[in-house]
Amino acid sequence: MDVHFLGAWMEESARVVHEQRDRLTRLDAAIGDADHGANLDRGFTAIREALAGSSPAAPGPLLTLAGTTLIKKVGGASGPLYGSSLRQMGKALGDAGTVTLADLSSALDVALETVRRLGGAEVGDKTMVDALAPACAALKQAVADGLKPPEALALAAEAAAQGAEDTVSMQARKGRASYLGPRSIGHQDPGATSTALIIRALRDVSAC
Amino acid sequence: MKKLVNSAESVVADALAGLAAAHPSLRVDPVNRIVLRAAAPRPGKVGLVSGGGSGHEPLHTGFVGYGMLDAACPGEIFTSPVPDQMLAASAGVNGGAGVLYVVKNYTGDVLNFQMAAELAEEEGIEVATVLVNDDVAVSDSLYTAGRRGTGATVLVEKIAGALAETGAPLAEVALVAEEVNARSRSFGIALTACVTPAAGRPTFDLGPDEIELGVGIHGEPGRARAAVGTARELVRVAMDALHDDLPLGGDVLVLVNGMGGTPLIELYVVYAEVAAYLREKGATVARRLVGNYITSLDMQGFSVTVCRLNDRLTELWDAPVETPALRWGR
Repeated sequence: MDVHFLGAWMEESARVVHEQRDRLTRLDAAIGDADHGANLDRGFTAIREALAGSSPAAPGPLLTLAGTTLIKKVGGASGPLYGSSLRQMGKALGDAGTVTLADLSSALDVALETVRRLGGAEVGDKTMVDALAPACAALKQAVADGLKPPEALALAAEAAAQGAEDTVSMQARKGRASYLGPRSIGHQDPGATSTALIIRALRDVSAC
Repeated sequence: MKKLVNSAESVVADALAGLAAAHPSLRVDPVNRIVLRAAAPRPGKVGLVSGGGSGHEPLHTGFVGYGMLDAACPGEIFTSPVPDQMLAASAGVNGGAGVLYVVKNYTGDVLNFQMAAELAEEEGIEVATVLVNDDVAVSDSLYTAGRRGTGATVLVEKIAGALAETGAPLAEVALVAEEVNARSRSFGIALTACVTPAAGRPTFDLGPDEIELGVGIHGEPGRARAAVGTARELVRVAMDALHDDLPLGGDVLVLVNGMGGTPLIELYVVYAEVAAYLREKGATVARRLVGNYITSLDMQGFSVTVCRLNDRLTELWDAPVETPALRWGR
């Protein structure tokens, strides 16, 4: 997987976030503050512009630039959380011209660690972590099983989607939804939902 | 939903242009999206920087000026600003005595200010941060992101701003800010949800006879839904929540705050009930503020904040202030 693959991932993420913008905002209106779709759309649009303007040479620097852009443009909790995750993924990948599925899997683990560290969230708190953690686990298993990228990333995407769906029955313990207490139960978490969309974008570009 | 906007995307920028045009005492930097005192920085003075999502006006931009903030960083509506804004503000107000960040306790604000503090320190600017978390509606802190920062933010900015104006060092300004926060409690009740320009519809649905108890300031629903009652009944719910958390007595400062869509006449109805309640508890209202100070766009409802004063805090509250939204004594 080379810089074009990672560029395509960001491009597809931007497309799907834009397409799902209103749905993300609706989910956020139910248990948050109705800005998740607009914020991520603004952020990924900025990533698109930043990448078009500078054409990074390798996957690592590309993700670092994407992350920095999100931190600069998005605000809210999702800006630092997604932005720092992408930045740390980029740093983990270093300057290598191509990365293996195992590299990508390790980098995604770093992203998960970053979200946990910054947000203090664990599995079951009804956050991004509930989609990201199962995706990381599924990808790691797929690498161990020797699967090819399309199959491996399909399993990761499926795990992330399931994880996002599982947040419906959870009571939020982190982020703005936690202010609702038990009233947060019955709604799918917008952060977990966008995480699942972004992992699905990774699957979709690997299938091309 | 009808709104006085040119477009949902340009609301914040357009409002900042208006703020700049209306208040020559302020310097608005549209590129970095920050609002500073025209005369900043002042050598030797601690710089007070706050910020947060837009939609809470006059907080924070309306509190930039003599005796209060040195700079404010407005984010998108209900979205925390980005670290670059805080960094530019810090550089713009640092007079060599360091900068105090006044941060409302929301995950996004905390994360972005934390990143900004690291960047500012790298540039050699000393930064201290005070977290405001006065909202008693969020009770179970182990299972939440912690109490939210609401009405006490106005009091923290005023009182810490007054102390900073005297040339007090950063540690002392930070300490008084923490003291105000520790002595203050707030509770909010909404009669309606608010409508963000981007969403164009209410952020949650309330029946005609329903209210949200313990509502936040971002259009997020509250802890519980209840049937609407008289102003007296609603004030009792709010004040009981405050009193249960921090027994009310002695000299107090009261803020009866409108959420943006509440007529002032109703706020005075509320204030009368608040004052009666405090009298009943044996507390003396030494200072008070009634009006729209920390709003949620067009939400109808009120929040009440009570701060237990001491002589020093009262003196700092009384000190001159000259900002677009708060001014006396100068």
